[in-house]
Amino acid sequence: MYCFYDNLVHAITVAGAPAFLLQRASSRLITLSGVDLAIIICYFAAVLGIGFYLKRFTKTGEDFFLAGREMTAWIAGLSFLAANLGSLELMGWAGAAYQYGILATHWYWVGAIPAMLFLGLVMMPFYYISKTHSVPGYLKLRYGEPARVFSAVSFGFMTVLMSGINMFAMAKIMNVVLGWDMHLSIWVSSITVAVYVGLGGLLSAIFNEVLQFVLIWLGALLISIIGLIETGGWNGMVARIHQNFPGADYTHLWSTLGSFSDNPMGIHWVGIVLGLGWVISFGYWTTDFLVVQRVISAKDLRSAKMAPIIGSAFKMCVPFIVILPGLLGLAVLGPHALLPENIAKDIPGAHSYNDVLPMMLIRYCGPGLLGLGVTALIAGFMSGMAGNVSAFTTVWTYDIYRALIRKNASDAHYVSVGRWCTILGVLVSIGAAYLVMEFKSIMDYVQALFSFFIAPLFGAVILGMLWKRATAHGGFWGLLAGTVSSISMWAWVKLDPTALRYVALSPKAKDMAENMYRALWSWTICVVVTVVVSLLTKPKTKADLQGLVYGCTDLPSEGDLKLYQRPIFWAAIVAVVFVALQVIFW
Amino acid sequence: MHREGMVSIWFFIGALLSIYGVLILGTGIYEWNSPPPTVRADLHAAVWWGALLIALGAIYLYRFAPGKGNK
Repeated sequence: MYCFYDNLVHAITVAGAPAFLLQRASSRLITLSGVDLAIIICYFAAVLGIGFYLKRFTKTGEDFFLAGREMTAWIAGLSFLAANLGSLELMGWAGAAYQYGILATHWYWVGAIPAMLFLGLVMMPFYYISKTHSVPGYLKLRYGEPARVFSAVSFGFMTVLMSGINMFAMAKIMNVVLGWDMHLSIWVSSITVAVYVGLGGLLSAIFNEVLQFVLIWLGALLISIIGLIETGGWNGMVARIHQNFPGADYTHLWSTLGSFSDNPMGIHWVGIVLGLGWVISFGYWTTDFLVVQRVISAKDLRSAKMAPIIGSAFKMCVPFIVILPGLLGLAVLGPHALLPENIAKDIPGAHSYNDVLPMMLIRYCGPGLLGLGVTALIAGFMSGMAGNVSAFTTVWTYDIYRALIRKNASDAHYVSVGRWCTILGVLVSIGAAYLVMEFKSIMDYVQALFSFFIAPLFGAVILGMLWKRATAHGGFWGLLAGTVSSISMWAWVKLDPTALRYVALSPKAKDMAENMYRALWSWTICVVVTVVVSLLTKPKTKADLQGLVYGCTDLPSEGDLKLYQRPIFWAAIVAVVFVALQVIFW
Repeated sequence: MHREGMVSIWFFIGALLSIYGVLILGTGIYEWNSPPPTVRADLHAAVWWGALLIALGAIYLYRFAPGKGNK
C-alpha cells in the first residue's frame, strides 16, 4: 500500500511541485486566506441579495415557475448550460480527463452538441407552442394524465435523490479539499439555495445561474492559461504527456476507438456514438426537465430555439476549463501522482483523480485567485442544486399537486405551494444526502437512475413529437415498459452477474458500458411497445394534435428574418465548428 | 428580461466582478515583492487577472446601469 504513497510523493517531487503542496497533501488540500474568505462571503451575499431583490417581481405562477416566460435567448441559453455545469461535473470530468485523457471530451462534444442543436431546431417548437409548464405537462397534452403522472413521480424521485447525492458528494469534496465540516457545508449551501429559489422562484434560479456561469469561467480559466504557459502550449503539453506515459495515447479523440484495447477507457466507437451520442445525450438534453425548463422560460419561440444553440456553443468551450486541467495534470503532475478513488481513500495523504482540479488550482493560484477558484466550485454546486430544486418544485406543484390533489385553486395558492415545496425539496434532498452518508452503496446505483427514467422518457417524447399515429395508450404503455424493463435488467445483473453478457453484450463490460447499453435497450423497448400498442389502438384526431406533433402544427415561418437572425444559421455554424474540432483532435 | 423597473442581471455581475477585481488586484500588488509559492508566480497572475475583472465589471456596470434601458 505504501508504495503508492511513495510514488505519489516521488511523482510530485519529480514534477517540480512546490514544497507547500507536499505539506498540504498530508492534510487538506487548500488553506484559504482572509481575502479568499472575503470573496466567498461576497458570493453568498450576492446570491441571497439577488433572491431578496427578485421576490418583488415574482407574483404569479408564471413568474415563479417559468420566470414570466420573459428570458432572452442569451440568459436562457447560459442558464440552460449552468444548470448542467455543477461542481461535481467540473471536478469529476477533470478527474476523468486525468484518468482517460482527451476521450473525456466526448461527453462535452458528441455527447451534447448534436442533442442540443436537435432540441433547439426540432423539439423546442413543440414544447414552446404547446405552452406546457413542464415535460410531464407535455406528456399530459400528448398522451393523457396517466403518462404525465407516471413521468412526474419518477422525475420527482430521481431529481431529489440526485440532488441529495450531489449534496453529499460536494460536502465530502469541501471536507477533503478545504477541511470544512460536512454538516456545515450541507446546511449552509442548501439553506442558501432554498432561500433564493424560495423567494424568487425560477427567475431567481436563472439569474443566479447566469452569475454562477460567469464565476465558474473566471474562476477556472486561469488554470488552463497558466498551465499552457508552463508547458509551452498545446504541443509542449502533449510532448510532456508522451514523455510521462510512453506507449499510451491520451491525446486523440477518435483514432484509438477502433478497438476496446487501444484506448485508456476501454471503449469502442460504436458505444460512444450510439450509447452516448444517441440515447444518453438526446435523452438528457431534450427531455430532462432540469435543463429544458430553462429554455421553456424564453420570451418567444425564436429565443427558445436560440437558447440551446447558444448553450451548445459554450458547451463546446467547456473542455477548455474542465478537460484541459486534467490533461495538464497528466503533463505536469506525471504518472501515479493521483490514484483511483478506491485506492486513494485507504492511503493517508493520497489524493484521487477527482482532486486534479483543486490540485491544479493550488499549483497556480495564490491568495485571492484561490478564493475565486473555490467560489467557482461552490457556484457550480449551487447552480446544479438550484436547477434540481426549481425543476422539482414546478413538476410537483403543477403535475402532481394540481393534477391529483387540488385542481382548481387560485394562482396565488399554487405560488405559495411552490415556495413551500422549494423548502420541502431542499429538506428531502438533505435527508437523501444523510441517507447516502449512512449507506454509501447508494452512490453505486445512482448512475442507473438515468437508464430507468430518462431513456424511456426520451422514446415517448420523440415519438410523441414526430409520429402523429402514436396514441395515449401507446405512449403510456411504452413509457411503463421501458422503465420496468430497465429496472428489471439492472436487478437481473445484480442477482446474476453473468447476465451482463446479455444486457451489455460483453461479460467484461464496466458499469459505464452497462448503463449505456441498458439505456439503449430500455429506449428501444419503449419505442417498440409504443409503436405496437399505438397501431392497435385508436389514434387521436389531427385537431387534438395541433401544436403538439410535427405535421399537425403550423410552425411560424422565419422567412422574414435576415439570415444571421435565424436559429438554423447559428446551428449550422456550431455544427461546422463541432465537426472541425473532431477532425483537429481526431 | 424586459420587466419594468428591474435591474439587469448583468449589472449585478458587473458589481460582483468589480469587487472581486479590487480584492484580487490589491492582493496581487501587496504580494508583488513576495509572491505566493505557486508555479509561475513570476507571472503575477493576480495583478492582471484582477485588472481584467475590474475592466469587465466596469463595462457591465456602465452598459447595464439602472435607467439606461438595457435589460
